[in-house]
Amino acid sequence: MSTFADAFAAAASLVAQGDARLYAIVALSLQVSLAATAVAALIGLPLGAFVALARFPGRRAAVAALNAMMGLPPVVVGLVVYLLLSRAGPLGAFGLLFTPGAMVFAQTILIAPILAALARQTIEDAWAEHGEQLRSLGASLPQAGATLLWDTRFALTTAILAGFGRASAEVGAVMIVGGNIDGVTRTMTTAIALETSKGDLPLALGLGVVLIATVFAVNAAAAWLRDATQRRFG
Amino acid sequence: MVMFRRAFLAFLLLASAPVAAQERFITVASTTSTDQSGLFGHLLPAFKRASGIDVRVVALGTGQALDVGRRGDADVVFVHDKPAEEKFVAEGFGTARVQVMYNDFVVIGPKADPAKVAGLKDVAEALRRIHAAQAPFVSRGDRSGTHAAELRYWQDAKIDLATAKGAWYRDVGQGMGPALNTAAGMNAYILADRATWLNFKNRADLAIVVEGDEKLFNQYGVILVNPARHPAVKKDLGQAFIDWLVGPDGQKTIADYKIGGEQLFFPNAVPARPRS
Amino acid sequence: MARPILPLVLDRVSLDIGGTRIVSDFTLRLEPGQRTVVVGANGAGKSMLLRLCHGLVAPTGGSIAWNGDPAGRQAMVFQRPSMLRRAALDNVAYGLKLRGVPRAEREARAAEMLARVGLSHIARRPARVLSGGEQQRVALARAWALAPEILFLDEPTASLDPGAARAVEDIVLAMASEGTRIVMTTHNLGQARRIADEIVFVDKGRIAETAPSDRFFTAPATPAARAFLKGELPW
Repeated sequence: MSTFADAFAAAASLVAQGDARLYAIVALSLQVSLAATAVAALIGLPLGAFVALARFPGRRAAVAALNAMMGLPPVVVGLVVYLLLSRAGPLGAFGLLFTPGAMVFAQTILIAPILAALARQTIEDAWAEHGEQLRSLGASLPQAGATLLWDTRFALTTAILAGFGRASAEVGAVMIVGGNIDGVTRTMTTAIALETSKGDLPLALGLGVVLIATVFAVNAAAAWLRDATQRRFG
Repeated sequence: MVMFRRAFLAFLLLASAPVAAQERFITVASTTSTDQSGLFGHLLPAFKRASGIDVRVVALGTGQALDVGRRGDADVVFVHDKPAEEKFVAEGFGTARVQVMYNDFVVIGPKADPAKVAGLKDVAEALRRIHAAQAPFVSRGDRSGTHAAELRYWQDAKIDLATAKGAWYRDVGQGMGPALNTAAGMNAYILADRATWLNFKNRADLAIVVEGDEKLFNQYGVILVNPARHPAVKKDLGQAFIDWLVGPDGQKTIADYKIGGEQLFFPNAVPARPRS
Repeated sequence: MARPILPLVLDRVSLDIGGTRIVSDFTLRLEPGQRTVVVGANGAGKSMLLRLCHGLVAPTGGSIAWNGDPAGRQAMVFQRPSMLRRAALDNVAYGLKLRGVPRAEREARAAEMLARVGLSHIARRPARVLSGGEQQRVALARAWALAPEILFLDEPTASLDPGAARAVEDIVLAMASEGTRIVMTTHNLGQARRIADEIVFVDKGRIAETAPSDRFFTAPATPAARAFLKGELPW
């Protein structure tokens, strides 16, 4: 029990001291997860809309595949991306391994399916409500997709936050493709894993408190933004 | 509407990919036990001051570190398993192996000491007693230098692990720190390097029970990954690191690293340059 | 000058879904300049007739022939108005936006149509917070903005109170007087009498009777129509 008390004390003192290394780690974690979320949204939301609206052979399998891929194990994704980005692998020439770029790449693969699957369901439901009218007005498939993506933006924001949460929380992928290099690819989660393995549990827990607080802050900001705009548009 | 657009732009800006530093740096694949001993935190800033080169350490098990070298994903490999290192060079993945320093292994165990090994100066005898008592023993099981050493000591004790293994022998497949955590949780015996033990904070009821046997001597070697095999290897910067490590400044910096006044690593580079 | 899309000719149109025959033998000729109201019991096939004509559903048998290319020259309004999550004005302008009309022009036209349906005062309000009657008028303004040659309406006032329903009827009549061909379904026979030149009576998936409005209500020709009117009329 005292470990928990020590953890909060550790967290408080880390933040109060303005520890530069801590801030660097927090900044890197945010940059990697936010970047991955942004790219995953650019890929996943239109993909989800497409699968929702288009009719093509194998569509049911595509829906099932997207849903299943929401549960991709991070450590497996990390391993696959590592093999792709290794100098001995097909994408080795980019020299991305053990850099933040590799971490963004791996996390994008992890969360794009989440955004695509949730967008697919959201757009399908919106299509049930608006589909006939959109067809009557002459909307093409891309036009309908864009209209419904914008129309369901509040639900999609929640999906995006879910993706961001998943990215911020995972350690398996970023550990393998980033290498947990001090000052370069050490994120909150890999730092916590390291301190745990060194037996410094209060510090590890303290970092955990900081991590949760950071993710909470991002969610709070998004919720405030959503509420403010929702009041205007219904 | 406008607010949403502004927020989205802010989001994109914040999310813009971290800029890759254009500084001079090398990637060194090393072991978790070396990293967690804190040596690099002491060594690398000194090297940076001397050369302006950043060293990025990826800490893995020895087996994994050598694999990273084989794949060309690191410029230098810095591990502690001489047979594996020599094989690495013989297979053409490294240019040459150079010895750098040594530290020692210790046997850690519960203060209650069910196997009665405390104070022994013979690691093989200690393992025999642990096996006889079927006392819980945690093995790293991860192809690390430490794991390789542990297997050699079982052989010295003339115990065939394949037949002798039982519920008492816990193979965890993890780095030194996590394995120590597990041993602390299970109140088990475990072989560890002294440096990681001195840095380890979650000791529970464990303490050093056996030390000082010459066989517990743990030699470190450093190898430049073969640029003929992997042209992207930064051979000049990598060689600069190796030269510094085995040169007078590096060796002194290694000797200066202390925890609680105790020296952890003992420099023993051979003064003459190895023939390439 | 493109050919007018009317007359529209349905020739023995039928629709099977999953082995079940939904409608059969729809034969109908829609001439320009008229107001047709389709009546019939629930499930008789009225809505399906509209959807087949409008092109939302493809027939499995028979043919549907327009005089000219109907693409972009029809519009439809549904029982539940489909409002997007944006201002009323932007909803009205949406059809024009789909056609690539530049923003200034489409907003001006949308404002004009909103004025014609009497909703200028709520142009900037989010469409989804409007009342049912207001939303339906926005939907009509949206259709009107496209200047369609034919307008389909599927029970547009079924969920509205009498005041709101009359407002919708006034808009339909105004559009008709500007030359839009009207095809509407309804349960409300008083409304049918107010709006229709011509009645199409659909019974059990078939067109049972087609007649000028007066004749249908005073002297229905078929027994099915007589039974329907007896059941529906309150007097």
